[in-house]
Amino acid sequence: QLVSKRLLREEVNGDGQLCLTSTQLFVFHQVLQLLRDVQRGREERKKLLSRLRQGLQHKETQQKFVRLEGSMRVLIGLFTSSLANIQMEAARCLHELSHSCDPAVAEACLPATSYLLTYLSGHSVEFTELCLYTLGNLAVESDAVRKQLLPQGIIPALASCIQSPHVAVLEGLGYVLSQLLQATEAPTKIIPLVLDSVLPQHMLRLVSSNLELGMGVAVEFAWCLHYIVCSHVNNALLISQGIVSTLVLLLLELASVMSKAATEGLELLICPVLRCLSNLLVEDETEGCKVQIQDERLLVALFLFMQYFLQQHPFLVQECLWLLNNLTADEPFFCSAVLTLDLLPALLQLLSCSRMVTLLALTVLCNIAEKGPAYCYQLHQKAVLPSLLSTLALSDAQVVGQSLELLHLLFLHLPEAADDFLSQAGLQALEQHQDNPQLQERVRALSETYLQPAAASLISCAGASAAVLPSS
Amino acid sequence: MLLPPDLSVSLRVERPLLPVRPRTPPRAPFCFSPSRLRFHRQHEFFEDGDIHRHLYLQDILTNVTEVTERSKVSEFCCHIVGCCQVFDTLEGYEHHYNTLHRNMCSFCKRSFPSVHLLDTHILEWHDSLFQIMAEKQNMYQCLVEGCAEKFKSSKDRKDHLVKVHLYPSDFRFDKPKKAKNSTKNNKPSSKLDVSMPMDVNVETYEQSQVDSMEICPSESVENPTQPMSGPISSLQEKKLYKSRIPSTVCFGQGASRGFKSMKKKV
Repeated sequence: QLVSKRLLREEVNGDGQLCLTSTQLFVFHQVLQLLRDVQRGREERKKLLSRLRQGLQHKETQQKFVRLEGSMRVLIGLFTSSLANIQMEAARCLHELSHSCDPAVAEACLPATSYLLTYLSGHSVEFTELCLYTLGNLAVESDAVRKQLLPQGIIPALASCIQSPHVAVLEGLGYVLSQLLQATEAPTKIIPLVLDSVLPQHMLRLVSSNLELGMGVAVEFAWCLHYIVCSHVNNALLISQGIVSTLVLLLLELASVMSKAATEGLELLICPVLRCLSNLLVEDETEGCKVQIQDERLLVALFLFMQYFLQQHPFLVQECLWLLNNLTADEPFFCSAVLTLDLLPALLQLLSCSRMVTLLALTVLCNIAEKGPAYCYQLHQKAVLPSLLSTLALSDAQVVGQSLELLHLLFLHLPEAADDFLSQAGLQALEQHQDNPQLQERVRALSETYLQPAAASLISCAGASAAVLPSS
Repeated sequence: MLLPPDLSVSLRVERPLLPVRPRTPPRAPFCFSPSRLRFHRQHEFFEDGDIHRHLYLQDILTNVTEVTERSKVSEFCCHIVGCCQVFDTLEGYEHHYNTLHRNMCSFCKRSFPSVHLLDTHILEWHDSLFQIMAEKQNMYQCLVEGCAEKFKSSKDRKDHLVKVHLYPSDFRFDKPKKAKNSTKNNKPSSKLDVSMPMDVNVETYEQSQVDSMEICPSESVENPTQPMSGPISSLQEKKLYKSRIPSTVCFGQGASRGFKSMKKKV
């Protein structure tokens, strides 16, 4: 009694400006009681733990709790109790602690991790779910926790747990994994272990399953796959397990579902999948795993996504365009499909969006134009020039520069494009950039190589006498 | 053959691929060359999408923390013979069953959190062949899933668990099997070990028995005349065991009985 009173007094004095609420003080006192009062019945103890849990939602109480000698030992002891409801309440308290942004609190939970992992092979859904989220929170906050979790066998534990049929457990597992995979040491320490286990094939299965039941599980594993793929540790393995076709088919399914029902959070699933495919397309041919996709339905899906999300989630448009770039860069298949599926007008519309979107759209157009005269012809037919005149009026040097590259490709393959450009006051549009150091060389090259000769031939065609040629 | 009528039409449906000109390098000062773009993990291109992901997770975590009100049903009792624990939610019952009854050793009635630990326990405690083989080869399997190491003794295994797997040295589910007086074997200032379902009085924890690899409700019921931490291996101990209150008796009442007797010991 005396001890507890003294402790309380110390806390109040020691903290100066910190004003403990009466709830916190009460909880604090109860915690001390917990250590000594063993006569209480089960219900009482459960109530105490409930109160403690509520108190632990406050940062200061969390910090005080972990500093109080013996408190974590007691809590972990209760966490390993055979009384199921006590265990559950203790687990909730641990979970509250795991939310703390104070790394000291996370580290105070270190003794609990071996038990958290042991309980992952249990069968109580809610309890397992709680353990998973607690582990995920702890893993994010603290290097020390991750350094311990790996030798304690978290990856094999997750590899077993992923075979659970319960959606809540799978979602929690996806969460833990996604947090681990984002660690700075993940590419060297964690991803190799994950790739060595059965986790990848289960992730591929789960990313395209359960869509009717809600996308939570798929979302988590899609992000997991993104973190693995963008680290480029061993994408060849994933490719051999069929990741490309799995993800393409998933996007097709999402595109067809999208128009029918308003699906919450769809963009959170689509985003990481797009990123995976874009990065997978960059895999090295020398490794023997260069990725080729030849399904034009994917193109349709991408444009449907862009249309659907342009207003609400514009970030997704640039993600779609990144994939579109990677699809159109090397192979003419998708370049051709953009034109023959009449998707060019939509692409041109994107030239008036954000800077990144405009830039990427221009790059895609360059990819198409680079394929040759047949492509440039189509571009020209479908009115690419007026759009280019608009982008030339912008002030961003990179955007203008990419526009110049596109003009170059058009003029190179299609001389008549230069004539039309001239007649649409293109020269003036160019001239405004002739003093910009980043642009002037290319402006001059366009003028001299294509526009002036075109102007000259126009004049000579018109039969006019030799007029003074515009000086360069 | 039962082919669809306009199957041959789909032969022609394939969109024509526009003819491609062979790629040539760009002519200076132009520098564009189509290339597949790669963005590394931390690239700012990912920022917007990552923010969305973060916000989504915040939502999820808030939901997890909120304690779901489970629908209550009319009170019912655990159906395991001798266990009279009462429940008013299905989830409560499920968790109780999984904790106490699901992975229970039929020999000594101890409960384990997983099948894996139960199997290891049965092998090491109740399989006489194991003891014989353990003399000749390393039989004590590492408890960590995915680790194939085996050891010649329980102690070696524990050392391995602590050193390699960074397990706590007082890991509840790895106590050595000790037949007799274990007070000497207990670490004198051992950490609080809540092997009993009830909280252990701080003053008496040194006397509390250190249970081996199990959650044992029966321990709380029984009044041990010796601080027994091992399994019942000798006949004499078996007799003692049988004469006690059956292990599966409702620990609600039994526990306080057990506790009271513990107190008397002190």
